Amino acid sequence: MERRAIWYLLGFLVVVLAFVVSTALKGFYITLGAFLTLSILSFLYKDNIFYKAAEHLFVGVSAAYWMTMGFWTVLIPNLIGKLHPPIVRPFVPAIADQPANYFYLIPAVLGIMLLWRLSPKGPWISRWSLAFIVGTTAGLNFIRYMASDLLGQINSSMVPLVVLENGSLDTLTSISNIVIFLGVFCGLIYFFFSKEHKGAFGVGSRIGIWILMITFGAGFGYTVMARISLLVGRFQFLLGDWLGLLG
Amino acid sequence: MRRQVPLIITFVVGSVLIIAAFIPHYPFGRLGENFSLYFDIIAVFAFILGGGNLIRIHGGKFTRGIKLSIAAAKKTGGFWPLTFLIEFPFLAFGGLEDKRGRDWFFSFITLAGFVAMLYVGLFKIGNPDGWGGNVTHPLSTFQQFYIYMFNPLQATMYALLAFFVASASYRAFRAKSPEATILLATAFIILLGRTPAGAYATGWMPESLSFLHVPNLANWIMAVPNLAGQRAILIGIALGVIAMSLRVILGVERTYLGSDRE
Repeated sequence: MERRAIWYLLGFLVVVLAFVVSTALKGFYITLGAFLTLSILSFLYKDNIFYKAAEHLFVGVSAAYWMTMGFWTVLIPNLIGKLHPPIVRPFVPAIADQPANYFYLIPAVLGIMLLWRLSPKGPWISRWSLAFIVGTTAGLNFIRYMASDLLGQINSSMVPLVVLENGSLDTLTSISNIVIFLGVFCGLIYFFFSKEHKGAFGVGSRIGIWILMITFGAGFGYTVMARISLLVGRFQFLLGDWLGLLG
Repeated sequence: MRRQVPLIITFVVGSVLIIAAFIPHYPFGRLGENFSLYFDIIAVFAFILGGGNLIRIHGGKFTRGIKLSIAAAKKTGGFWPLTFLIEFPFLAFGGLEDKRGRDWFFSFITLAGFVAMLYVGLFKIGNPDGWGGNVTHPLSTFQQFYIYMFNPLQATMYALLAFFVASASYRAFRAKSPEATILLATAFIILLGRTPAGAYATGWMPESLSFLHVPNLANWIMAVPNLAGQRAILIGIALGVIAMSLRVILGVERTYLGSDRE
């Protein structure tokens, strides 16, 4: 076991030394970014302590990032600034002279009730805040999805199937519109599970599957492209910003 | 009281927001706007709750691990701080016998990252404009942490998926059926059409066959059949969301309340 510990220590010392040298040459932040990038990429070899450390750091940093952003962009101007405006004068002078609005005690109380979840006693108290969150989400989503995703998409799919341009048939646009209309229709048939997919209904369902496969293929292609471009970005950072190998 | 009040809150808030969309006048319009603002504020408390939970879980794991590690070092006899130091990599990274204390050093890293980011963000450390400055000022330490810590971690984590997607697609994308062939062909055309290789490979085609140029074909696939599939999926999702929203507002769906034992 001692032998293993020595190897661990040696490895750790090498990494620390590399970090120090890089910091001296390129500065702390670039070195940090490069080491974290390499730590994550090291997972390609196998799960290791560098990857795990970077992964755990990501969890902590991202939680704090969103907390901080929420604090400065929402809590200070929209809660503290509404309840007691003079207190936010050093941070948001524009709202410091506005009158106080005590209705904002409602979200303040609900927010504190939500934090009650951390207490070992009475976690049911947080249900009130949770109910508010769930109710708001349900109400907003009902309207949003109804207007844009349901009615909006149906409306956009109602296209002319025969398109004429200057009196003659515009073949490509007509074919495209037919594919869109039938594609949406058949795709929806595929998602309709209350009737057995047989006969004409089954044919529609089959075409629906093909259309969905094209969508998934396109989605896959786009996802791969996006991931590859991220990877290229990371290599540009490593080879350019860090090592200075790119012109 | 424990279940009825939350159900009433959900019903009132949800109903008011729906009514406000159809009657955007006093009092519903105002209530709807206020509820949306309140929602944003409570969502920040949810972030704080997440942070508190993170401290509770990782703090517990860290203190438990330290205690168990010290106990293990003491067991070996001799001067235990020295043993602790020598055996540190073994004790900190999964060597402890008791599973509850294993990998406590990673919990320490999580906590350290969390506290450091929170400290530089909440106190606007290094912000040239001081307390009045924007928290995301490019020269602030918070923004530097974001650019050189958060961003590389997030981007590399996603970039890593490129390798796994490639490996998974190699295994999954065998043209075993017509559907799999369609998926494979579409992905291939999209990938090829978005790179210079696609334009180069079919650039020799005459103008009359321009629709067969891979980039044009990729554009057409994205704009037509892909759009149709996306719409079918979106409509399906919308129907599901609308039905679920109604269930929640009317109190049919109550799973978010948790169990009665709480």
